[in-house]
Amino acid sequence: MEKVLEVKHLKKYFPVKGLFFTKGWVKAVDDISFEIYKGETFGLVGESGCGKTTTGRTILRLIEPTAGEILFEGKNVMELKGDELKWFRRKAQIMFQDPYSSLNPRQTVFEIIMEPVRFHGIEVNDPEEFVINLLKSVGLNEMHLYRYPHEFSGGQRQRIALARIMALKPEFIVLDEPTSALDVSVQANILNTLKDLQEKHGFTYLFISHDLGVVKYMSHRMGVMYLGKLVEVGPADKIFENPLHPYTQMLLSAIPVPDPEMAKELKAKRKIIKGEPPSPINPPAGCRFHPRCPFAKDVCKKEEPPMVEVEKDHYVACWLYAKS
Amino acid sequence: MPEPILQVRNLTVHFYTYAGIVKAIEKVSFDVYKGETFALVGETGCGKSVTSRALTQLIESPGRIVEGEVLYYRDDGSVVDLLKLDEEQIREIRGNEIAYIFQDPHASLDPLYTVGYQIAEAMEVHEKVESIKEGIKKAIDILRAVLIPDPERRVKNYPHELSGGMKQRVVIGIGIANNPKILIADEPTTALDVTVQAQILDLINQLKEKYKATVILITHNLGVVAETADRVAVMYAGKIVEIGSVDQIFKNPLHPYTKGLLKAVPNPMTKIERLEAIPGTVPNLITPPSGCRFHPRCPFATEVCKRKIPELKELEDGHFVACHLY
Repeated sequence: MEKVLEVKHLKKYFPVKGLFFTKGWVKAVDDISFEIYKGETFGLVGESGCGKTTTGRTILRLIEPTAGEILFEGKNVMELKGDELKWFRRKAQIMFQDPYSSLNPRQTVFEIIMEPVRFHGIEVNDPEEFVINLLKSVGLNEMHLYRYPHEFSGGQRQRIALARIMALKPEFIVLDEPTSALDVSVQANILNTLKDLQEKHGFTYLFISHDLGVVKYMSHRMGVMYLGKLVEVGPADKIFENPLHPYTQMLLSAIPVPDPEMAKELKAKRKIIKGEPPSPINPPAGCRFHPRCPFAKDVCKKEEPPMVEVEKDHYVACWLYAKS
Repeated sequence: MPEPILQVRNLTVHFYTYAGIVKAIEKVSFDVYKGETFALVGETGCGKSVTSRALTQLIESPGRIVEGEVLYYRDDGSVVDLLKLDEEQIREIRGNEIAYIFQDPHASLDPLYTVGYQIAEAMEVHEKVESIKEGIKKAIDILRAVLIPDPERRVKNYPHELSGGMKQRVVIGIGIANNPKILIADEPTTALDVTVQAQILDLINQLKEKYKATVILITHNLGVVAETADRVAVMYAGKIVEIGSVDQIFKNPLHPYTKGLLKAVPNPMTKIERLEAIPGTVPNLITPPSGCRFHPRCPFATEVCKRKIPELKELEDGHFVACHLY
């Protein structure tokens, strides 16, 4: 399969400023590697502060990484300049979480969608028809053409954002919690639209979310992040059926499922994780999960576990599976 | 027959805004039984929070409770209508016999006081302790009850020194400080991560057993409902559309909205080929749809749905639905 994106040893540290000197670093993303294949959805899950959004933004060079390599269709994104960078900016898009701040309130839907089209110099014969077709493909219509963002609901705004992305014919889209601000009935609509568009246009998605149900529904493969590290990567079905990392196991068992019988069963088996994620400023040494992990051994406190392939395509970074 | 602790009848709250009168909730009626966990579930703007706040007149201008009664069955056998009490009388009950836990722990705590002081204050106001000093001593026990490690030290902490999950534990501590009969938890875990959410829900359950309290849980998360509630009321656009036990609602949903809602939630433990979405969006409550408020989005809507408001009918034991299909 063709790789669209390859991330190698990506790091992003944010400085913590003291009065005169940098006091320390927030290790938001600390040495993560993964790849995304053409036409698939790669889900990235984790709790708040685990670095999933930073990862998404760094990949698009919206934030400059501290170290590491990002290859987009074989090209090193960090070295792109001029026309090539403009090409990358067109081919790789992002859909943000908050549909209330990602659209300019002073522009009409027509202007919102046409601005990036003009910027990239894409030839359009009949702009109005072009925009109407885009609106129709995301479930809106011509009647919405000259309206302003405030006239739309949250779900409709996300559709406008999606139409704006589609206008540039991208290949790769980072979906950063695209439905977190929406209600479940609307969420289902947007998720289905995203799936349909992927099927039709062959889009590749990086789907970032904290909602495991949504990630399971959307993703072919997924990665689980904890405190700036990728702890497990594999096909979504396999991770849900057979989670390997103790953190993944506990994360999955903590989700309340919308089915009372299943909930009772799961609750009986549930292992509640103690404590909360520590600060990424001075993360624990060794495996970052060790202070909360019931299986922690001596080696976990000292050395970082390597990523090992436990079954086909299913990787985990945990000393329970690796040989020290 | 289970004993009711709260009987809500025809509760109606309107907000008088410049844009018009927002009919936030309209003739909402339900019973809450002693010792149960009763969930109010629905999407943004359906009126679940307004309902929970109206129970103790906690509605601020421009909102007003227009109509209704909330009968509260006290331990001594007397019954009071909470909506008829004056400001002084309701204050004696609110925070004492009926306590709240709100969604955002960052906003519910005062950043200028220690958490111990804030718990002590809740007790002192209701004369459970003689002085704040005594209250702070008791606060240590309460922090221990809500499973905060090292309570002797934590009692002197300010809110900013605690994490989100710890803050929510303190808020729960304030809620249970006076041994309430009814604990109203309004989206208590929405601001928290799943692993912390599991801890907090577990804690609320334990405390409910320990203090023999009744819990009213307000949430939009159907997973949380399936896991913690005994009975459920589903709200849509300011009306209750269905009430039943958890099993009745999840296994045999009757109202088309409840059915749609359940099919729209992705269950992470099952394989779903395609989610079913509910077409359209939640209506504007200044001019809500005539008849059944769900009719513009309902696949089964008929002529009568546009004209007539459906009443709640009991179809099986304890399972009520407001829909013309039945």
